[in-house]
Amino acid sequence: MIATAPGAAAGEGPVPLAAAAATPAPPPGAPAIRVDDLRKVYTVHERQAGMLASMRSLVRRRVKEVPAVDGIGFRVEPGEIVGFLGPNGAGKTTTLKMLSGLLYPTAGEVEVLGHVPWRRRREYLRQITLVMGNRNQLVWDIPAADSFELNRAIYRIPVADFRETLDELVELLDLSALLQKPVRQLSLGERMKCEVAAALLHRPRVLFLDEPTIGLDVTMQRRIRHFIGEYNRRHGATVLLTSHYMADVEALCRRVVVIHHGRLLFDGALTELVQRFSPHKTIVVELDEGAAGVDLSSYGEVVAVEEGRVTLRVPKAATAQVTGRLLAGVPVADLTVADPPIEEVIEQVFSGGTAGAAAGGAG
Amino acid sequence: MSPLATLGGELAGLWAAYVARFKVAIGVQFQYRASLVIWLVWTVMESVVYLVVWSTVAQSSGGQVGGYDAAGFAAYFLVTMVVNQLTFTWIMHEFEYRVRQGQLSPLLLKPLHPIHGDIAENVTYKALTSVVLVPALVLLCWAFRPALQPQPWMAAAFLPAVLLAFLLRFLSGWTLALAGFWTTRVLAINQLYYMAMLFLSGQMVPLSLLPGPVQALAAVLPFRWMVAFPVELLLGQLTPEETLAGFGAQLAWIAVHAAAAAVVWRAGLRRYSAVGA
Repeated sequence: MIATAPGAAAGEGPVPLAAAAATPAPPPGAPAIRVDDLRKVYTVHERQAGMLASMRSLVRRRVKEVPAVDGIGFRVEPGEIVGFLGPNGAGKTTTLKMLSGLLYPTAGEVEVLGHVPWRRRREYLRQITLVMGNRNQLVWDIPAADSFELNRAIYRIPVADFRETLDELVELLDLSALLQKPVRQLSLGERMKCEVAAALLHRPRVLFLDEPTIGLDVTMQRRIRHFIGEYNRRHGATVLLTSHYMADVEALCRRVVVIHHGRLLFDGALTELVQRFSPHKTIVVELDEGAAGVDLSSYGEVVAVEEGRVTLRVPKAATAQVTGRLLAGVPVADLTVADPPIEEVIEQVFSGGTAGAAAGGAG
Repeated sequence: MSPLATLGGELAGLWAAYVARFKVAIGVQFQYRASLVIWLVWTVMESVVYLVVWSTVAQSSGGQVGGYDAAGFAAYFLVTMVVNQLTFTWIMHEFEYRVRQGQLSPLLLKPLHPIHGDIAENVTYKALTSVVLVPALVLLCWAFRPALQPQPWMAAAFLPAVLLAFLLRFLSGWTLALAGFWTTRVLAINQLYYMAMLFLSGQMVPLSLLPGPVQALAAVLPFRWMVAFPVELLLGQLTPEETLAGFGAQLAWIAVHAAAAAVVWRAGLRRYSAVGA
């Protein structure tokens, strides 16, 4: 009886989700997410500390406008996983909140699955999910299974679909021992797994994941990461993911969108990001036995030395020349040239400032 | 699909959501049995105190005050206790916390308006507390012998009157709770509301015993329709015409509050959005 309750939206009945994923609502070929010139300006009341200042602010409030997102635009194709990168305060969360419908933008256009998110139409909300690693939706005092039931009713998931999805989530996330415990008794990692499951019971076609692995240990991070990839493969879901853990991004995202101070800094393949923004290469030299003490600082910046293994950082343009000199002048057992780790590149992008990074990319 | 079938499906879906919410609320409330009991004791005690005070006043003034004798007061305050139990709402004490802690955001992303969850929680709480309150009530009736002989039509009209009173009181409390979107100092506002309820809804004293100007004030404000109206109805103080007029007033106030709730909700969401959700 309840299970057959049709959805409120015209044509949005509880279709089996495998089919729903294969037949998106917007015209074929349309991107799942379209963002154009999106801006969000927060108005912040400025007030100095102290009694007098408080009194003064009662009479005349000083308002400051803080642009959190300052005219960004990008597209995400259906089924794509895109990493959304930027330092704290870059505007990532603000953007995700606008895309999921929590925030009204100050200006600009967004279309997700053909919907304007902040209208928060039910047929839109039923197709998306927002997971925030530092927020929770599960009811603290009761087992997760009960919260899942509540979501089933709210999203009007047919019982058979619900069972199937739940079984799948239990298997992929290894939840069977957790479901009947009150949520407050779960560890952070266990709770996060349940949060992720709760957010996916309605089989959303677009996932906004804001730091889904924050605060988790490495094993749990890997587990969640693997799960997100698996969910994307099985259901063709579109995923926009922010994370401070580059391992997440490297494992999941072929493409990244980088923002800094609310502006778009880069949109493209992860490998291209490294090439464009890293002005350096890393050369690892293994020295012959007996030559362990040789000083290589004249060849480049020595980053690490350990038991006959020296890591050098050299300007990208000089790589070939330095390699040649090394091979000619030093007793080398082995030599590898590599891009620096992605963390380093990202750090460089953000700390170097936009101008420096762009110049490095151009060179 | 016919519009009727669509509506039927819509209602069935809503009902399922309510049932699920009831279950969650029961699970949560059972974790807080102690506070449940404390609240019950408070509810009963409050009524008993008013009852005893006014009965004493009546006895010391020659058996009657303003048409109420001891049994009359017993009837008034016991029925008031029941009506108050069925209609009271506490959402304004929680909403500001919800906004401040960011707990509203997940609710906003659900394809169901958050007010449904609040109503379901309220009703669940009432259902749970009634299990203890009903025996308490029987005990109080035995102790205080209220004079209560409503005619059948009054008893019949009492139910919709309480239901409308609940809707009205819930909507006003919910709208007030939305102040949490604008300020973190909702306590003062809540206190003011609580005081107005206490004096102008008939909770502390029958409205007919209030001084003239206060009665006039009570007549033009919505509070009396949240408690006093169903109480007076069951006590047989209203004619059928007055009862019908009362239903009209309740419906009108509900319409006003529903409109206010919708407007304030929309403005509140804008505000919530402006500061970052």
